[in-house]
Formats: sequence, structure tokens, C-alpha cells
Amino acid sequence: MKRKMACALLLMSLLAAPAFALSDAYKGNVYDVGKLKPVDSVLKVKVGKIAPAFTLPAVSGRKVSLKDYRGKKNVVLSFVPAAWTPVCSDQWPGYNIVQELFEENDAVLLGISVDNIPTLYSWTNQMGQLWFDVLSDFWPHGAVASRLGILRSDGTAERAIIIIDKKGIIRYIDVHDANERPPLESIILQLEKLRK
Amino acid sequence: MRKQVIVMMAMMILALPALLGAQTQPPQVGATLPDMKIQKPADSFGLKYLGLSGSGTFAVDQVRAQALIIQIFSLYCPYCQKDAPNMNRFFSLIEGNPRLKGKIKILGIGAGNTQFEVNTFKKKYKVEFPLVPDADFTIHKIIGEVRTPYFIVVKPGGPKKREVVYSRLGAHEDVEAFLAEVVRLTGIQ
Repeated sequence: MKRKMACALLLMSLLAAPAFALSDAYKGNVYDVGKLKPVDSVLKVKVGKIAPAFTLPAVSGRKVSLKDYRGKKNVVLSFVPAAWTPVCSDQWPGYNIVQELFEENDAVLLGISVDNIPTLYSWTNQMGQLWFDVLSDFWPHGAVASRLGILRSDGTAERAIIIIDKKGIIRYIDVHDANERPPLESIILQLEKLRK
Repeated sequence: MRKQVIVMMAMMILALPALLGAQTQPPQVGATLPDMKIQKPADSFGLKYLGLSGSGTFAVDQVRAQALIIQIFSLYCPYCQKDAPNMNRFFSLIEGNPRLKGKIKILGIGAGNTQFEVNTFKKKYKVEFPLVPDADFTIHKIIGEVRTPYFIVVKPGGPKKREVVYSRLGAHEDVEAFLAEVVRLTGIQ
């Protein structure tokens, strides 16, 4: 009976396998995490409220604070669950070729994961030279993700897009299905709305 | 009884790709490319280039060419981004050769890419040949969920319909050599 159940579970997991088109840039170095629970956290922030302050180390070596952009730039936070995993590996490289779309909308992009700096360094090196900062929310582990309510029960972050305007107010939250990449146009459309 | 259950489960797992309409491996050389409904290009040049009209979907057989080079790419793929200038040169080589122009066509299919994402890639790299979206990965699943960029060369017409003559992962830095190979494999005079 146990075996029957195990087989049925295997079958179900195969049927539910997520779709992704992995770039050959990563060769065989991406770990397939399989199908994830789409969302595994409870949001603690709301659109229209002030975003919680944070300072995190970047792969570039500098410290980045949200307040650095207050009154200057809109901020797009792109949280991804984990380095070296399928969907995450094919997300930021797309943002990397549309710097002008962010700039046209007076926005900066900050990529964030709960991986440590050495891991993020190795991983993002495979993506080419990124124009945006990649921040590590590693220690205290996932503290920023936790404050936002997007830390999953396994210690990874949600795949989330959070847009904060120049006044520091949250204007858009998309806690996306962790198995899918948010379409680029959803971000650009929201940024264009901020201009109006 | 236990044996029967295990055999049944094994058979179901083996039959999964067929049940899901997905291939377990990329198209093999000499095989027939599976029938696919591909979204027509959004621009008039792309439509005319492939010998199509209107909107909706089309089949590979409808493409007016002796050889169709299908590039599976993604806006999110660093290698595809790096390869874009090479692909543009490859297209120019074909279009600039009266012996090949009209006989060899190129079609890019954006795996998991929306129309907006495909348009963004096209604009960014000034890609002239048609690029179409495969937003829900339907085509990507049919061709075995290949990594990107992936190239398939198919003969749309001929005695053996949709015959695959080339199927390989990876970009081509030497586009002259790739073109010579395509000409050789398709027997275009």
C-alpha cells in the first residue's frame, strides 16, 4: 500500500513538473528543485504603506540602503528563491538587457536573494556583467524577506517583485508563483503607471 | 498483485510524455519534426518572409522555403543575447546570397517568452528575421524541453515531410561554417 502511494506521488509530481527553458550558459550546474509550493509565506506589507528600511551587502562590495534612493529613484526589488536553480537563473539576465526601460521610468533595480555573497558572485558571473546591484539577504538569514513577509518556510525567499516609489511608498507587490517567471511587461507597466 | 501494480505504474510513467504531448528528447536527425502550432509573426515583414498571411498560428509545412532554421531562444538566456549579433550576420549571409535567398529561412521561437519579451529582444538586438513567442512553453515541451539556444534545421516540404536534418544545442560563432553545413545537409543548389 505504501509503495502504491509512493508511486502515485511520483506520478503526480512528474505530471506537475514546472516548465522552464534553461540557458546553456549554466551548463549542468543548475540544481532542479522540482515543483515548489507556489507561495509559502504571508505578506506583512501592503501597497500604499511605507516600505521597511533595509541595508544589505551587494556583490559589488558596497552596502545598499533603501533610503539611498529616497527622493531620487523608484526602486524595483526583485526577490528570487535561490541561486543556481532553474527559473531564478533565467530571470535577471532578461532584466540585464533592458536597463533603458528602467531608466526611462526613473527606476533602479535591486536583485535580492537569501544566498551569501560568494554564491551570488559565482552565479551572477554566469549572467554576464549585470548593470544592477545584487544584494545578499543571507545574514541574519532572510531578515529583509522576513520583514516583508516573503520568507518561505524552507528559508528561501519568494519570487517577488516589489516596487517602491521615490517617497518610499510601496506601489506594487507581486508575490509570484515560485515556479514561474513574472513577465517583464508586468514590471514595466507598473513603472509607467508611476510616471502618470 | 504487487507485481501488477508496479508494472502498471512503470507503464504509466513511460507513457507520460505521450500523455502530456511532450517529447523526452530533442528532435532526432532523420526523424519527422512533430506537428506544432506556431504563432504567426506580429509584423508584416515576418509574415511575408515566411510566406504567410493573417494572424493566428501556422504549421512548419506552410513555410515557403527549402530549409527552415528554427532557433529556440529566450530573452532571459545570456548565450542567446551574446549570439544575437552572430545570428544577424547569419541572416545577412543568406539574404545577401542570391543562390540561397528565399530558399533558407530562419525562425526564432522564444521559449517561455511573451510577445512583449520577444519584441524587446528583437528591438534590442535589431533582429530582422521573425521571432515569435511560445509563452506557455507548448512548443518547448513538444521539442523535448531543450536548453537555449537550440537549433533545428528542417525541410518543410519534400518527399519526407518536416524532415529534421540538424538538431543541436549551442550558439554558432562561425556562422559561415554553419551556413555551409546547412547547405550541405539540405542539398540546396
